[in-house]
Amino acid sequence: MTNHWVDIKNADLILIMGGNAAEAHPCGFKWVTEAKAHRKAKLLVVDPRFTRSAAVSDFYAPLRAGTDIAFLGGVINYLLSYDKIHHEYVQNYTDFSFLVKEEFGFDDGIYTGYDPEKRKYNKSTWGYQIGADGFVITDPTLQNPRCVYQLMKAHYSRYSPEMVSSICGTPKDAFLKACELIAETATANKTMTIMYALGWTQHSQGTQMIRTGAMVQLLLGNIGMAGGGMNALRGHSNIQGLTDLGLLSNLLPGYMTLPGDAEQDYKTYIEKRAFKPLRPGQLSYWQNYGKFFVSTMKAWYGEAATVENNWSYDWLPKLDKGYDLLQVFENMHQGKVNGYICQGFNPLASAPCKIKVSGALSQLKYLVIIDPLATETSEFWQDYGEYNNVVPSKIQTEVFRLPSTCFAEEDGSLVNSGRWLQWHWKAAEPPGDAKGDQEIIAGVFLKLKEMYRKDGGVFPDPILNLTWNHRQPTSPSPEELAKEFSGMALKDLTDPKDPTKVLLKAGQQLNGFAELRDDGSTACGCWIFSGSWSEKGNLMARRDNSDPYGIGQTLNWAFAWPANRRILYNRASCDLSGKPFDSERTLIAWNKGAGQWMGADIPDFVATSPPEKGMGPFIMNPEGVARFFGVDKLEEGPFPEHYEPMESPLTANLLHPKNDKARANPAARVFQGDWATFGKPDEFPYVCTTYRLTEHFHFWTKHVRLNAVVQPEQFVEIGEELAKNKDITAGDHVRVKSNRGFIIAVAVVTKRLRSLNVDGKRVHTVGVPIHWGFTGVAKNGYIANTLTPFVGDANTQTPEFKSFLVNIEKV
Amino acid sequence: MALQSLDIKARSATSTLSPLVRTAVTEVVKLIDISKCIGCKACQVACMEWNDLRDSVGKNIGVYDNPADLSDQSWTVMRFSEVEVNSGRLEWLIRKDGCMHCSEPGCLKACPAPDAIIQYSNGIVDFHEEHCIGCGYCIMGCPFNIPRMSKKDSKVYKCTLCSDRVAVGLEPACVKTCPTGAIIFGSKEDMIHHAEDRIFDLKERGYQRAGLYNPPGVGGTHVMYVLQHADQPELYHELPKDPGISPEVILWKGISKTVMNIGLGTAILGGIFHYVTQGPNEVSEAEEEKQ
Repeated sequence: MTNHWVDIKNADLILIMGGNAAEAHPCGFKWVTEAKAHRKAKLLVVDPRFTRSAAVSDFYAPLRAGTDIAFLGGVINYLLSYDKIHHEYVQNYTDFSFLVKEEFGFDDGIYTGYDPEKRKYNKSTWGYQIGADGFVITDPTLQNPRCVYQLMKAHYSRYSPEMVSSICGTPKDAFLKACELIAETATANKTMTIMYALGWTQHSQGTQMIRTGAMVQLLLGNIGMAGGGMNALRGHSNIQGLTDLGLLSNLLPGYMTLPGDAEQDYKTYIEKRAFKPLRPGQLSYWQNYGKFFVSTMKAWYGEAATVENNWSYDWLPKLDKGYDLLQVFENMHQGKVNGYICQGFNPLASAPCKIKVSGALSQLKYLVIIDPLATETSEFWQDYGEYNNVVPSKIQTEVFRLPSTCFAEEDGSLVNSGRWLQWHWKAAEPPGDAKGDQEIIAGVFLKLKEMYRKDGGVFPDPILNLTWNHRQPTSPSPEELAKEFSGMALKDLTDPKDPTKVLLKAGQQLNGFAELRDDGSTACGCWIFSGSWSEKGNLMARRDNSDPYGIGQTLNWAFAWPANRRILYNRASCDLSGKPFDSERTLIAWNKGAGQWMGADIPDFVATSPPEKGMGPFIMNPEGVARFFGVDKLEEGPFPEHYEPMESPLTANLLHPKNDKARANPAARVFQGDWATFGKPDEFPYVCTTYRLTEHFHFWTKHVRLNAVVQPEQFVEIGEELAKNKDITAGDHVRVKSNRGFIIAVAVVTKRLRSLNVDGKRVHTVGVPIHWGFTGVAKNGYIANTLTPFVGDANTQTPEFKSFLVNIEKV
Repeated sequence: MALQSLDIKARSATSTLSPLVRTAVTEVVKLIDISKCIGCKACQVACMEWNDLRDSVGKNIGVYDNPADLSDQSWTVMRFSEVEVNSGRLEWLIRKDGCMHCSEPGCLKACPAPDAIIQYSNGIVDFHEEHCIGCGYCIMGCPFNIPRMSKKDSKVYKCTLCSDRVAVGLEPACVKTCPTGAIIFGSKEDMIHHAEDRIFDLKERGYQRAGLYNPPGVGGTHVMYVLQHADQPELYHELPKDPGISPEVILWKGISKTVMNIGLGTAILGGIFHYVTQGPNEVSEAEEEKQ
């Protein structure tokens, strides 16, 4: 989230789209209830299904799964056409006035630079015009046809209400009503918050869906405001922590990136990432990349990382391509992977296209499961009849199960959607032989280290030189790890302006990432977490709930990254002179007397930089402003464009009916063998989407009696019209099949899943909740991901779980 | 359960007076605001956890309602209704079903087992299952179809409004757990006041007929609902519009008792008088023969 949970109560309009906050986050949802009860806020829900969130909404609009870019593009068109935008905000805090390169273009759904063979773009034309001074050229009058404002206006002029209605299936009046509600928040004293989740990420165009939402918020001036923001509701209690610590395959901690194969040179690696300012007077905070990187390497390699060996840069893997979930399972499927340590993950159930995943696991020599539960993945080799139809004698994989603790059986921190690191304490002893994950990984590491030391190896350095300063080497404590990720001084840190003044002594915990250096004198496992454990102690454990300004800014409750800033981009909540746009929900303001920005939040800014200097609020961007024109940051293009899901009921993209290349995401990666696994609408005419229910958490809670009682048996949801067509009554068993397999479940027939008019045709949707499998105390069921396609978002490779094709029949 | 004997207001099948000395008793109300309920079933789970119950893992019969009905192990269930009150506007009304804790409880009136059903002065109606004889009359007496017979012990069970928690100053388990604050608990006065604010808000949002469900036919209840459509309670999975204790129960436990007592008394007295006056005058055949 750019804002946080409690801040939701400050909103005037809450848009829940690409997510189902009431269903998946019932506790956090109370802030929506608070906003409604105390601020008279309105709740708008846009979703293929009338969900639990819709049940308490003020207005609901349906849309076909996978068409969110069309809907939001239509909203952008509406806002620009009726000039319902926050002028001062977009003029000064976005790239509205920036000029784009002449060579950049868009032709019938494809941007300049496309290579259809490789399904990739050469993005060199996707940039701003740069002047002789090295800065972006702008046209503050917004008249130049190459300025971002004019280009964007032209781009989204195609997203008329009629076009949106035709693509999305949303009745035109419902779409326009949604636009009206949204447009009301363009004024300085009204804000909309967007709460989204996997309904936007789990598509082959997911990243662009989110970006379109962000663009709407920027037009309205809602980013950086209380009750505003782009708020991703994360799907696990610590998934935010996972991404923050860089556990995705292409990341380093704090959203730094691993080098690519071509980046063998350390200096090139840093230069490419330490963006220099592209506009005068901008901070471009990634300029400090070197400080973050070196501090991380000092945390990992200690004394072994020196200026001479480029801080052990050579020991990092250099990626030839992404090694995301889909790529790894593709490799596994091809027999290229020997072993897999599967920690806290159940890919047989969670990954798309079960038959491929099952085949992949069967190719492994060994599989190690670290988990508190007996997951389906740990039993992938067992014959469970129709639920898992395999021949155990044909599977040679040796499976090891290492039982681990569950969250309530250990101390540690969790990072919530609002970027709050909250410490929690152990409540119970783990059962049997279960051990904490740190202990298990420590055991593997120490053994490996010993073997490398004794037997040598091709390249043992990265393992042998890892720091391991734990009092009990076999059991690193959560406190030690937390202190490591927050960072410490390795030498006495002196004031750069006065070398006799010692700011921090060697061995002391850092106060924050501003103290990081690139000369090897600081160590920090995760720069954005810096300050969470300082000399003051464990700030994550603070439980002071005081809310002095009354807008939910509880700065002394836990610790938020970065630097305890609760609302990102909060400089944008004030005008150019430093005066807040909204006097009732003030976050920060420029205090001339004190010579700094202050208020209810920690400024997400250089606190002492006066408004006259003109530093922009988006301090991580080299331009200092937010981008409508995404330059070369994403794979599909600088402006989001509607593309159909890989499997779609339409044979063409209504925006580009003649260009087959622009039907689905032109830049989405599809492995060679998977093209044949996609289904066509003549055989699989219905849109299918998978989702969660409140009663369960993924595939965990079917192991819990209480959860199983309140939602015992696998079901699918279909609308009344489709049920009538197929002669299905509620309670009947039905078979839902895609080109990759089938499931059998009970049919819930509901008014909440409406059939839609799409391009003049009637389109029906089948809803498939995911929570069943073949282990646990609930009624055994089929793995829902038997149905889903093996393709992901072009940028993140998040699989397209939310929009694909199926057929259905009564059993 | 745990409230003290001095808090007892009425007992089933008992004509002895209940204690009257306590005067300063606050009536409690559990207020369920259906407009805030997201149907998450946390209340169902909390109820099972607090009361150490575990219902069986059943089947899905084609609806979100799970378990599909109240039982001896499920003292509260969510009832889901999809309705179109104003044409074109779908509403998903989700009602937490359970004992309404009536001021004039039909179950208590119908129950023939002394002390099996207790009404406390704070409004809670509690079953004392140790005295339950399993006749099932309470089920017939309940206008809301709540009590459920257990196959294990042939006794009936229902929501206790967490009388054990309330007795020590805690809120009921479902209230504590509700994530959206749809269920709140407090004095009757406070809850009615809060409901008024909620109804005002709902009317502003277009629910012209929003209102409080506190049916007078049972003297009012200690579980109340804020309904978006208070004029059509039946939309909420057959919530009775104007519930009252059934006439048969009123008759059977009311006037018919007196009538039967009089009848019985008359029959016995009549029999005695008849014997005393007529009996000795009757001559037996044996005596006749002796003469």
